[in-house]
Amino acid sequence: MTGVLEAIKAALPSAGVELLTNPSPCAQHSLLVKPADARAVAEFLRDSLGYDFCSNVSGVDWPPRKVKETIARKETVEGVESEVKETVEREIPGYLEAVYHLFSITKKSGLLTLRVRTGDRDGDVSIPSLTPVWKSADFQEREAFDLYGIRFDGHPDLRRILMWDEFADHPMRKDYVAPDDYEYEPTPHDEILAKVKASTEAA
Amino acid sequence: MLDEELKADLQKRGIFVASFEDLYNWGRKNSLWPLQFGLACCAIEMIATAAARFDMARFGAEVFRPSPRQADMMIIAGTVTKKMAPLVVRLYNQMPEPKYVIAMGACAISGGPFKEGYNVLKGIDRYIPVDVMIPGCPPRPEALLEGLIKLQEKIQAQRLFGPHRARHADTANAADYPVPAYGAHDLEPALNPRIFQPDPPRREGE
Repeated sequence: MTGVLEAIKAALPSAGVELLTNPSPCAQHSLLVKPADARAVAEFLRDSLGYDFCSNVSGVDWPPRKVKETIARKETVEGVESEVKETVEREIPGYLEAVYHLFSITKKSGLLTLRVRTGDRDGDVSIPSLTPVWKSADFQEREAFDLYGIRFDGHPDLRRILMWDEFADHPMRKDYVAPDDYEYEPTPHDEILAKVKASTEAA
Repeated sequence: MLDEELKADLQKRGIFVASFEDLYNWGRKNSLWPLQFGLACCAIEMIATAAARFDMARFGAEVFRPSPRQADMMIIAGTVTKKMAPLVVRLYNQMPEPKYVIAMGACAISGGPFKEGYNVLKGIDRYIPVDVMIPGCPPRPEALLEGLIKLQEKIQAQRLFGPHRARHADTANAADYPVPAYGAHDLEPALNPRIFQPDPPRREGE
């Protein structure tokens, strides 16, 4: 992965590519690419590094989240220097992400994971389509468009693929609310059980 | 109506007596032509039922028709997604009367494991009348044959005249079932209130 990153940096010095490390034991690191450079990076990966097969495209919804960070700083109180740990809460705005899984058939290598992130979740949801680079991304980008609402600029046929065209929502987003066509059922569970309990308590 | 005892007595003496209704129903129950379409994995079991081992031909229902105009029976074999539901209702409307519906499998009956999802219809009986429901996930071919036999019993018992005549024999009932439209969030309407009246859901604050 670092080799790939160095090769990209050498060929495209201005490209915004960074390594996202995965701290878990699987250590599946990925490359985070800026949307503006995604097309150039993808073409370089395909033509120069031999990543000729895009096996999978996924959408990911990242709602706005808060992270707590502990910052240690040194403080001098009455001539005594001590280390004070401070917890700072930082808000990360939400965004949508497309994840590309790349393999090389000719070099028998892979998996290389590419991530491209949108600006936010509502207005700035456009990222360049990689379908012109890997044809196999076509339907899967349409699926990510359908279910997450990521707009892929330059996609040859960006239509909904699973839901009907008149459908307005993006059902795989975390804040999607399913239509309330709940009806009585003999063995309710989960959300419906909660609704039944609430209604019986109210009655 | 002919006395059943007298009928059995006559039959013992070699005289077969039947009402027109019995004869008519006997004929059509033994040549139920299903509409040839499958929606999901239940269709595989339906195909197995039609094939040699289970042999639906023994019950006269082997002639799967590729056109709704030639079909008597619709086997809803599988998950009905909301995207597919208007097409199923339209196919049902295109079938000539008398027509019957078998809902095969948990999904076709109630949405099955996808009942709490956003994209699967919670039972095809929301839009079209269902005669036989076969539970199972998927039901075995024997279960489908059992459902077919139940449907045959239902057809045999149907009356063609009089106040209790079957739906198709009553011209006042002849009506299309409205095809739902694709809405912005769900199918519109979400159900046909004329044929589907579930227990009213009790919600918080009502």
